[in-house]
Amino acid sequence: MKTCLVVDDSSVTRKIARRILEEMNFQIVEAEDGEQALEACQRELPEAILLDWNMPVMDGLEFLGHLRRMPGGDRPKVVFCTTENGIDHIGRALRAGANEYIMKPFDKDIVADKFQEIGLYQPAEPV
Amino acid sequence: MTPHDYEYLRKFLKDSSGLDLSADKHYLIESRLLPIARKAGLSGISELVQKLKAGSTAIANQVIEAMTTNETFFFRDKVPFDHFRDAIMPEMLQARAARRSVRIWCAAGSTGQEPYSLAMCLKEMSAALAGWRVEILATDLSLEVIEKSKAGLYSQFEVQRGLPIQMLVKYFKQTGELWQINPEIRAMVQHRQINLLHDFSQLGVFDVIFCRNVLIYFDQDTKIDIFRRLAKSTDSDGFLALGAAETVVGLTDVFKPYAERRGLYRPGGFNPASTKTAAGVNAPKVAAMAGM
Repeated sequence: MKTCLVVDDSSVTRKIARRILEEMNFQIVEAEDGEQALEACQRELPEAILLDWNMPVMDGLEFLGHLRRMPGGDRPKVVFCTTENGIDHIGRALRAGANEYIMKPFDKDIVADKFQEIGLYQPAEPV
Repeated sequence: MTPHDYEYLRKFLKDSSGLDLSADKHYLIESRLLPIARKAGLSGISELVQKLKAGSTAIANQVIEAMTTNETFFFRDKVPFDHFRDAIMPEMLQARAARRSVRIWCAAGSTGQEPYSLAMCLKEMSAALAGWRVEILATDLSLEVIEKSKAGLYSQFEVQRGLPIQMLVKYFKQTGELWQINPEIRAMVQHRQINLLHDFSQLGVFDVIFCRNVLIYFDQDTKIDIFRRLAKSTDSDGFLALGAAETVVGLTDVFKPYAERRGLYRPGGFNPASTKTAAGVNAPKVAAMAGM
């Protein structure tokens, strides 16, 4: 089973993301900010990271910079998931090494589509 | 809504748009038509039916549009666009090397996501298509939908369905809360209102037809009729792409499935070994004709 690290300072958002991703067969690890996320990655690198931008202690962009410099830190697929929906923010995220970008609010369909983009989810064949 | 109202709406939609509703679509009708009734200041579906019976064309158009507009998103189902990039276009680049033009028809273009997805695919291969004339025609039954397609304006929700983020950054511009596809991509797509139930031979012959997720709403005889007319509008070595839940199998042999490419079909008379697909054989023939 693949692991997804869900990083968001809102427990409600983490809960929604967990429910969606568990349905997509991911095992979930949660972190409340970038620093906690970094600690989780030092313990074990997940296959995917759903990453909020604005968080206390360490924000998502700074975390991403640290992650990509870690040994093996280029491997996890990082999907930003944030209310920051400006093209400038998206550009900065991609240059920092994000693989995909979700603009909040999000739903199950968007998460499934974006995880399909990064090659970590295959929807059932339409009947 | 009385059973009589329901039957009237079923027959009305069948006659005007070909939409073939089964007997259990009360919820669908109510969810789509109640907003129209309210907007028109009517008390409900029954009063809406009265207006239809009285011959209100404004109400009739709104009812048809509301019932025939379907969900769509960029690169829907992915696979057809892989076929387009990996099978259809490579073959067309060879087969049409002499005339250097390709005609593509999105027969259920809806709000533009499908024709613009094809346009973006073509843009990505523009090096191979330098000097070619590429035509994408998007048609739909609904004028309202065509207007939306022309504008190329999408909500944040819509641009997050099926569209890779790099494509969003590359081909869209943010305007307030909405995202607009670039003028360059918009200019690649022409729009026309077409009802597939009626003659569409005036559109001419196409190399590639995408007719996805619209035939499922038609009854069997209507499907067969449309397939026959689509076949006449498809070049003998052309392609037809259908939706994931659609097929010609068991209905007609005017198209046949293209092996290994799910959802892709070729004209029934197409022979892969025929000279037309081999550019090397085709080119001298065209040259000889030009010299005549």
